[in-house]
Amino acid sequence: MLIEALILSALLFGVGTLGVLLRRNAIIMFLCIELQLNAVNLAFVALSRYLGIDGQVFVFFVMTVAAAEAAVGLAIIISIFRHYETVNVDNFNLLKW
Amino acid sequence: MAQILFYAMAVVALGSAVAMVTRKSPVASLLYMVTTLASLAVIFVLFEAHFLAAIQVIVYAGAIMVLFLFVIMLLNLGHDYRKDLKGGLAAVLSLGVSGALAGLLVSHFRASAPEPFAGRIRDSGILESLIAEKGAVGAMARPLYVDYVVAFEVTGILLLVAVVGALALAKRRV
Repeated sequence: MLIEALILSALLFGVGTLGVLLRRNAIIMFLCIELQLNAVNLAFVALSRYLGIDGQVFVFFVMTVAAAEAAVGLAIIISIFRHYETVNVDNFNLLKW
Repeated sequence: MAQILFYAMAVVALGSAVAMVTRKSPVASLLYMVTTLASLAVIFVLFEAHFLAAIQVIVYAGAIMVLFLFVIMLLNLGHDYRKDLKGGLAAVLSLGVSGALAGLLVSHFRASAPEPFAGRIRDSGILESLIAEKGAVGAMARPLYVDYVVAFEVTGILLLVAVVGALALAKRRV
């Protein structure tokens, strides 16, 4: 079951990447980044079953960082929305080439 | 039995992840994400990570996703989906890039997963006996508070900074 779980994790990571690249809504892009974090968590959990509990401790830290990131990121999105009245990333192109 | 459950949950997780990326409505995407998280929690249980499965449901699906839903509803984005999905060349390029990334990862895992751990992969057992001895939470408590105690304290500071940062960014006037 280990290799199947690792493949599922790779596929979920790919779907998350696709979402980040394909969507224009900043909140959905954020959600796709959370999906990528979860894909990595799945790989950690699958390997920790065979290598010891440390992988699970690491997943715990990843979840904490994800929570902090969601709070700060959503605050940034709210203040962007206040400024531009939209969360469509096509409108924030100041740092684009 | 565990095998069947694993495959069923893998299909649900992958299907709802794809649905999440392709749905136009942000609220529908978010609900599909919750489905993905719940099925991943089931897979966590199958890999003996009971505590993490509970955290996944309570913190991830329960708290973080509700925060996202609050923001979507606060900003009233439920109907704002014109031009959300990119089309044309951008879509082809993103499909290519993410497909290549997933293919690379899958081929790498298939080729090399058993070998780096060859001497160390055991037939389960080690985690089961640890959990049977100390319980699902107790098994994680010792490494968390002894071996990784510095990282744990730093995580506390990180959460404090995140709270202050979120308040400073989202408040109109600090």
